Amino acid sequence: MAAITANLYAQHDRAALLENRQATREARWVKVTILGAALTFFAIFLLLPLAVVFVEALAKGWHTYLDALVEPDALSAVTLTLLAALISVPLNLVFGVAAAWAITRFDFRGKQLLITLIDLPFSVSPVVAGLIYVLVFSSHGWIGPWLLEHDIKVIFAVPGIVLATVFVTVPFVARELIPLLQAQGREEEEAAVVLGARGWQVFWHVTLPNVRWALLYGVILSNARAMGEFGAVSVVSGHIRGETNTLPLHVEILYNEYQFAAAFAVASLLALLALVTLAVKSWIEWRAAQAHD
Amino acid sequence: MTKAPTLPRVLPGFGLSLGFTLTYLSLVVLIPLAAVFIRASSLSLEAFWDAVTAPRVLASYQLSFGMALLAAAINTVFGLLLAWSLVRYRFPGKKLVDALVDLPFALPTAVAGIALTALYAGNGWLGQYLEPLGIKVAFGPLGVLVALVFIGLPFVVRTVQPVLEDLETELEEAATSLGAHRWQTFRHVILPVLQPALMTGFALAFARAVGEYGSVIFIAGNIPMVSEITPLMIISKLEQYDYAGATAIASVMLVASFLLLLAINGLQAWQARRNGRSE
Repeated sequence: MAAITANLYAQHDRAALLENRQATREARWVKVTILGAALTFFAIFLLLPLAVVFVEALAKGWHTYLDALVEPDALSAVTLTLLAALISVPLNLVFGVAAAWAITRFDFRGKQLLITLIDLPFSVSPVVAGLIYVLVFSSHGWIGPWLLEHDIKVIFAVPGIVLATVFVTVPFVARELIPLLQAQGREEEEAAVVLGARGWQVFWHVTLPNVRWALLYGVILSNARAMGEFGAVSVVSGHIRGETNTLPLHVEILYNEYQFAAAFAVASLLALLALVTLAVKSWIEWRAAQAHD
Repeated sequence: MTKAPTLPRVLPGFGLSLGFTLTYLSLVVLIPLAAVFIRASSLSLEAFWDAVTAPRVLASYQLSFGMALLAAAINTVFGLLLAWSLVRYRFPGKKLVDALVDLPFALPTAVAGIALTALYAGNGWLGQYLEPLGIKVAFGPLGVLVALVFIGLPFVVRTVQPVLEDLETELEEAATSLGAHRWQTFRHVILPVLQPALMTGFALAFARAVGEYGSVIFIAGNIPMVSEITPLMIISKLEQYDYAGATAIASVMLVASFLLLLAINGLQAWQARRNGRSE
């Protein structure tokens, strides 16, 4: 990541350089056409959908907007969304660190396969991600009868929602850490061990400071996905209002009940979360670029 | 990387970190995924075949895969233009554009779905101009395409952009000094370097689009045989408590995901070799 972000911040000067050189610039009309097409596409597919969320949310005034956010079902959806993220993000943080440590610090057979398997949740349809837990935990599922006997509910209950959220966010932290730790090599840690540092000391004082930005990057991306997941959570939730609704599911219910202003009001909360995520992401890239210089 | 270690391991924690990784991955991802295939294999061959080739399901494959291909193609063209603009040109608001390209990664799909529907519905900002022209986007197959273009947009930009940034200008200068026109330089010097990244971006956008659910179901209208995507078929089977049917369709989608994942890994290895970086 560091290399890419350093590039990102050198790119403004680079663009000026490339625009001024005979060999690397296009005719003016070509440049205007490319830039025009790219920015029109950007405006239609990214800016307009973002703008329409806020405009529709406020279409019936601030009063309706605020009412939609403080009503009990919305608040319980906020709580459940936070809970799911609060459990899944730390779990996958620990997993990502362990996986990255094993993969980049040791040589073993099947490493490439392991990396591919970690990426798997990204290429599985969210609906299939939800379905697999139904197949395991529902009353017709593998351990469903046992759960029923012990009066434990997983599907159509909070544990199912948490599990589905954990599944879809498995790769984020590992995927940020692996290339970075690979690029940094093992020398620093090996030197620390030779100098007498113990395992956890090496990790806390040598490895962690080197990867903290990538770690934070992975955390905010997995948090955004955890709070915004729809398909997987939708399959396992059962849509019980005030009990098993996360924010995205609450948006769907309001929308299907034709309460458009309320649906967009709740959606605007999630859009704000997305904007904050992008802002933090840009800030991390800026910090990483500064550290690089 | 696959050769056996010859030196003693200096660093600690091999057993702990690999053991935890494998256990966690098995419990959360691998065993539940295996459930799909084990469940599907308990069906008779005939029942499985009937479930995955029902006319409505076949129509959904055609829509899901067809629109995902088209959306990935559109994203490849415009993603290249956007990446090119971000690397090569100066323009006001560039940093904002660069940051917002990742919006589809960060914006929950349900929010994208209702926002796009509001835009393209008959009375929406864009729909009101398109419908008089006879172009009906919302509540039909075109709506599916629009949603898939939205969610796949960052993939091509973010795979092509770093390659464009690392591109050495010496190559272009050499081509120009040898008398090549700008277009010839692009076609024969720049494009071959970008090709692996473009194909990787295309494959990533396609893989994401095939399985997409949240952003599509609001705008698609979900008309049987016309605008039902394959993930929706799984949901509708589940709603009828037809677990076997849902599992059969899911196993088809999973096989498609595995194949795409393999293709993407192959493409990325090719790209790494092209860029002279060894893994």
